[in-house]
Amino acid sequence: MGVELFTDIASQYNYLGVVILMMIGLYAMIAKNNLVKKIIGMNIFQTAIILFYVSTGAKRGATIPIIQHGHNGHGHEVIHAAEYINPLPHVLMLTAIVVSVATLGVALALAIKVYHQYGTLEEDEIRGRLRE
Amino acid sequence: MRVIGLLIVIAFGSLLRYGVFFFPEWGDPASPASLHVSPHYIEEATAETAVPNLVTAVLADYRGYDTMFETTVIFAAGLACFMLLRVLQRQVPECRLYRHIPTGITLRIEKGGKLPTESGSFERIDANWVPHDLIIKTTARFITPFLQIFALYVIAHGHHSPGGGFQGGVILGAAIIMFAISYDLRRSIQRIGEQATAVLGSAGVLIYAGTGVLCMVLGADFLNYSALAGLMGVDPVMARSHSMLIVEIGVGVAVSAVMVWIYYNLSSAGRHDEGL
Repeated sequence: MGVELFTDIASQYNYLGVVILMMIGLYAMIAKNNLVKKIIGMNIFQTAIILFYVSTGAKRGATIPIIQHGHNGHGHEVIHAAEYINPLPHVLMLTAIVVSVATLGVALALAIKVYHQYGTLEEDEIRGRLRE
Repeated sequence: MRVIGLLIVIAFGSLLRYGVFFFPEWGDPASPASLHVSPHYIEEATAETAVPNLVTAVLADYRGYDTMFETTVIFAAGLACFMLLRVLQRQVPECRLYRHIPTGITLRIEKGGKLPTESGSFERIDANWVPHDLIIKTTARFITPFLQIFALYVIAHGHHSPGGGFQGGVILGAAIIMFAISYDLRRSIQRIGEQATAVLGSAGVLIYAGTGVLCMVLGADFLNYSALAGLMGVDPVMARSHSMLIVEIGVGVAVSAVMVWIYYNLSSAGRHDEGL
């Protein structure tokens, strides 16, 4: 049992890293008082999901998803799917990274608006101002 | 709050860790994610689209709808920052600071005052005083053109090497943002104004969607690039490759312009006079 558990963790340590990173982000979103820290927590959470997707695309012994010698004539050599890693997660995360930067911009813009309105970014102080 | 947060995090973390036990091993070639559509992409994409970089082929052709709407999301994010932050009426600042470059003396001009006439060696600086960084400014001015050329290479060579519209667009935007940080916001806005970023951002989305509409006009499905073969004078497979380049250029233009637009609005809180 002990050895099995160890080999399980050793062969799946990518998921372990993803879970740890995701929980750091979740904790920051729940427990931190400062809005900018919450936004950074959200970004860490997004990074964990990106890492998860990219790691599912990996194949042992395969290379990057660019067909070798693909530019001089195509279709001559037989291409095996096992030789190239899965391009699909890379595509999805490529767009997700840029969109996460854009949403980070919107979140920071909202934070600037909140700061102009209430003079602070601390959540308890904002709640205090709202009650007044 | 801290204790509740910690409890929630530990509960969720152990639940996820438990669920992960049933996942395939890392790097398993027979994992379910690699069995459904991706073998088709890997084995047929070069024959169907003449693009060796599978990521570009899947991004711009097989999943063109996804990418088009991601570009739209980025443009919408730029628009949202503009709507949230932009202050449109121009306020005259309380005082302006000018630095005499040879001596380093700072000149403070109150509201309504004017700069002396022989003012060639004065430069305007932000109200929160910044030192004159000769090394940073020279390095940034030296690097910027190389960064921009590299960005264009990444966009144009995305068919054969890692790259494409998103990556190249971000590098192009970063080059402009670096210029704005190392000099100041006003000088960057003089070169690439706010209107230019807005127009370029929407133009990029328009290039992408327009390519799709052109395919529809020529009688094929939306974003089915093989319909453009007659216009380009090549066979349908090469038409896909060429159309992907057009689409990637649209994405690159939109992404770089929107990055700069978001930076302008965020760094000056929408006033566009003084910023980072």
